[in-house]
Amino acid sequence: MSQIWQPRELVHRDYDSHPPAFAPGYKTSVLRSPRNALISLQNSLSEITGPIFGAKDLDPLDNDLIMNYAKDGLPIGERIIVHGYVRDGFGRPMKNTLVEVWQANAGGRYRHKKDKYLAPIDPNFGGCGRVLTDENGYYFFRTIKPGPYPWRNQASDWRPSHIHFSLSGESFAQRLITQMYFEGDPLIRQCPIVKTINNDDAIRTLIAELDTHAAVPLDCLAYRFDLVLRGQRATLFENRTQGAV
Amino acid sequence: MKDYLAETASQTAGPYVHIGLAPQAAGFNIFEKNFSHVLTNSHTQGERIVVEGRVFDGSGTPVRDVLLEVWQANAAGRYNHPADRQNDKKLDEDFRGWGRTCSDFDSGVWRFDTIKPGAVVGRDGRLMAPHLNLWIVARGINIGLNTRMYFSDEQEANETDPVLNLIEWEVRRNTLIGKREQRGTEIVYTFDIYLQGEKETVFFDV
Repeated sequence: MSQIWQPRELVHRDYDSHPPAFAPGYKTSVLRSPRNALISLQNSLSEITGPIFGAKDLDPLDNDLIMNYAKDGLPIGERIIVHGYVRDGFGRPMKNTLVEVWQANAGGRYRHKKDKYLAPIDPNFGGCGRVLTDENGYYFFRTIKPGPYPWRNQASDWRPSHIHFSLSGESFAQRLITQMYFEGDPLIRQCPIVKTINNDDAIRTLIAELDTHAAVPLDCLAYRFDLVLRGQRATLFENRTQGAV
Repeated sequence: MKDYLAETASQTAGPYVHIGLAPQAAGFNIFEKNFSHVLTNSHTQGERIVVEGRVFDGSGTPVRDVLLEVWQANAAGRYNHPADRQNDKKLDEDFRGWGRTCSDFDSGVWRFDTIKPGAVVGRDGRLMAPHLNLWIVARGINIGLNTRMYFSDEQEANETDPVLNLIEWEVRRNTLIGKREQRGTEIVYTFDIYLQGEKETVFFDV
């Protein structure tokens, strides 16, 4: 019989660095949060495995949001590069991770049939992209800096400029969706969605820093955004019960 | 502890998650290759099934802007991943085991076209009952919710499943069972998910 247990168990999730499900300042969470406690599982193969993505799933232009929807010209807005490393909790590079992003245009308008904000659509901007991290866990995008936009929470609430990020990791239990904010934006500290996180250190990890070293002179600025997924620890001592070989 | 890096904090996927993860549902075409709710091609091994349901909020209203992902083993009970060393079970090159779906904006119904998975070995060396691993994100959900769907026609395997048996409230185990029915030529498992309230689905900290 084959060896069934591999030394890849994930370090448990630290809920102090995540928002709770029920966060009444973000009104929609009130009816969409479970009332029961989560039931904790020790990892099995179902949790430590996950989908594998490859170059054949993507096209080369998929990480260039300036060009990937351009029809008759360039999109309007601040040209920026967003780049960084994806690591696990032990600092190891997360290779071949699918990074997907989506965002509003320079005026804060999303290309989505449900978005009715009066700021106009940019005909040359789609607002989504994707890329695989390389062997060092490195990724990069080129895009337009998104604008803030109003939303119906408290009537005067505005989202800070942000880019949504989705990461696949190496296992289904590492799956993560988050949002990247921009250094210095005064809307960050007022935002009810940011404030669902009750931990200032955790909030700071979502704020990308201006990175002039990576800027392209006379072309575009750059922001650096690193991400961390849960670590997979080696099993130092292995328990083999009867039946498991 | 200070030598370890904290996991990046989760944030809600928001109401426009489709733009990034399913742009055609948002209303536009941008990528040449799109991920989808269909996990099979014509060569995939196994019994074809449809898994269908709705997600309900605490008022009983369908959540119409939800996005779900599924991760499952192939018909032999093996995951298409290098960490799965169940070498006595055959890999299926025509089955990645992963798919993504969104609810319909009007009805709230979502659907996967897949195959019924085989049983996978659990931690203690015994088989887990066949199951799908599901991950749910939406506006109002601050961190993705993990759950499992088991199969109503696998009652015997379900009774000894190590994860179902972890749930000390036996009445709650039923919230994880997809109900099988024949609908025309299709085998359909209905799996409704209740985020909150009396019929609340069991969610896991994996």
